[in-house]
Amino acid sequence: MSGKQRKTLIRICVAGALFAAALLTRGLWSGVPYLELAVFLGVYAVIGWDVVWKAARNIAHGQVFDENFLMCVASLGAFAIGEYPEAAAVVLFYQIGELFQSLAVSRSRKSIADLMEICPTAACVERDGEIVETDPEDVAPGDVVVVRPGERVPLDGVVLEGASMLDTSALTGESVPRSVRPGENVISGCINGQGLLRVRVTAAFEDSTVSRILELVENASARKARTENFITRFAAVYTPVVVVCAVLLAVVPPLFLGNWQDWLRRGCIFLVTSCPCALVISVPLSFFGGIGAASRRGILVKGGNFLEAAAKAGAVAMDKTGTLTKGEFAVQQICPAAGYSEEALLGLAAAAERYSDHPVAGAIRTRHTGSAAAVSDAEEIPGHGVRAVADGKEIWAGNDRLMEMAGVAYDACGAAGTVVHVAADGTYAGYLVIADRVKPEAAEAIAALRGLGVEETVMLTGDRRAAAEAAAGELGISQAISELLPGQKVEAVEGLLRTLEGSGKTLLFAGDGVNDAPVLTRADVGIAMGSLGSDAAVEAADVVLMDDDLRKIPLVIRIARKTVSIVRTNVAFALGVKLAVLILGAAGVAGMWSAVFADVGVTVLAVLNALRTLQIR
Amino acid sequence: MKKKFKLDEIDCANCAAKLETAIRKLPGVDAAAVSFLTQKMTLEAADDVFEDVLDRVDALIRKLEPDCRVVR
Repeated sequence: MSGKQRKTLIRICVAGALFAAALLTRGLWSGVPYLELAVFLGVYAVIGWDVVWKAARNIAHGQVFDENFLMCVASLGAFAIGEYPEAAAVVLFYQIGELFQSLAVSRSRKSIADLMEICPTAACVERDGEIVETDPEDVAPGDVVVVRPGERVPLDGVVLEGASMLDTSALTGESVPRSVRPGENVISGCINGQGLLRVRVTAAFEDSTVSRILELVENASARKARTENFITRFAAVYTPVVVVCAVLLAVVPPLFLGNWQDWLRRGCIFLVTSCPCALVISVPLSFFGGIGAASRRGILVKGGNFLEAAAKAGAVAMDKTGTLTKGEFAVQQICPAAGYSEEALLGLAAAAERYSDHPVAGAIRTRHTGSAAAVSDAEEIPGHGVRAVADGKEIWAGNDRLMEMAGVAYDACGAAGTVVHVAADGTYAGYLVIADRVKPEAAEAIAALRGLGVEETVMLTGDRRAAAEAAAGELGISQAISELLPGQKVEAVEGLLRTLEGSGKTLLFAGDGVNDAPVLTRADVGIAMGSLGSDAAVEAADVVLMDDDLRKIPLVIRIARKTVSIVRTNVAFALGVKLAVLILGAAGVAGMWSAVFADVGVTVLAVLNALRTLQIR
Repeated sequence: MKKKFKLDEIDCANCAAKLETAIRKLPGVDAAAVSFLTQKMTLEAADDVFEDVLDRVDALIRKLEPDCRVVR
């Protein structure tokens, strides 16, 4: 609680106690002329002096219609018609409501601020053999920094020396620490575990991950949700309109019916009720809360508008390689021909691929654990495979075309993935199937999407149809669009957008970002995955997942829906109560007390409701 | 030059938006952003007049949101 909030709380307590005492003892002294007015004016002075002061000051600055003004008119009006306790109560409850709002806002700010604490304050740079502590902004790419145990990694870089476990939870929401070794990348903002690291800096501070994240979060409030914009515009029109209505209500009917006092009272009730604070405060607060809740789980949402769009998700399109799959190739199947064991086939393939730098070759070598054969005379035949001589045998390893070239009869195999046929000394030894591995959580994420009612899940890929359909079947994806060139992905997304047109639903696209930027922009909500390193994706995306956990896609949708539903409840509840009390007040049925509830009570309830967005799990 | 300042006591999203629009209209201000969420103002102006511009911004804030202060 800040100093100002504490002061307000004390004032509320003092004024509340005075007010209660005055109400309880009123029977004893109510006969004394003017005493009642004096007592409640006293309470009013304690609690309401600043409201009057602010209203006067704002009017002097040419801003007439704000809430201070409404409260002043209403409370002074109540004094004028002799409803002294109500006059004091209006301001007392108004202040309680303001305090609640202020507390709620600081709390949601704090949760955002926790995220901002990822910013490193110092960097230890090696300069001429000595370690100098400087501002991270003064470190240039290429410098070497030392990160001691428990310190924050100040800048993005590559580990030169040392091994450690990095706590990335502030960035990714992932609680399991990540191990790093020499040659691996570290990103700024992570906390170093037990080991000492020497890191060669690869990006200046303003380009580092931490700076980019902070910039994104700071700019998140600039992109307002449509509801938010609507409420702001609504309030700008609404306040003058209700003031005019209240004046008309207080002045016009008594011209014909008389009874000025009663109509003035109704006008005041109308004014107090109509204050738009509940909406003006709670709607943006809910979106903040939603963005805050997401950021705690390692999801950066660039604005309330994207939460609003994600809530209406009708279809989710995903890139295959790197998003649904790990982007790592692995041997999936070993099918030896007659006369060969699996081990022998793998040995031959590994020998042939010994010096190849193709990802497929890497996968084969990783799988082969036996001792390596002596290889001489290795030759790569682009687009076909390799030919090598190992242990005196001539080995061919590659695709169908290579086998035809070598004149070897092979099994035509329809397996999904890349097929590597192996032949030794003119005889067929069998084939290996190498494929990208599907992420273990992918199927769960797709099922979760379906559970949220997002039936349309689409996989976009440049892969062959067989591979794409196999992966789609395994994951339970409803549609696979395969053999796409990068430019065609945009067309595919546009096609999907057309199918959703008119349904009021939106299309989400998740990609790992390397070449997905145009698609990320085109989709209603572009989600960049695990792309802490990729500038283009972070720029183009509307939502950035700090790690590459697919289950965060259904989580974003859930957070978005919850946020939007809380916003809707608040708008409906606030407008409903206000409208009811406005009508009852104008009809003379509702008194000042219900008006106070309709203003402050509703605001407090709406703010408390808005705070629930922070709790979304 | 682009600089960030903390704004004390910026109480509502609406006030922040109002300030932002008004600051952008000030002469000498190249770009300005007020973030209610982070209680920060980003101000961009030419180096040689930056202090003058900042003074004008400060005066404007005092007028529009008397409780709000720029922390320099």
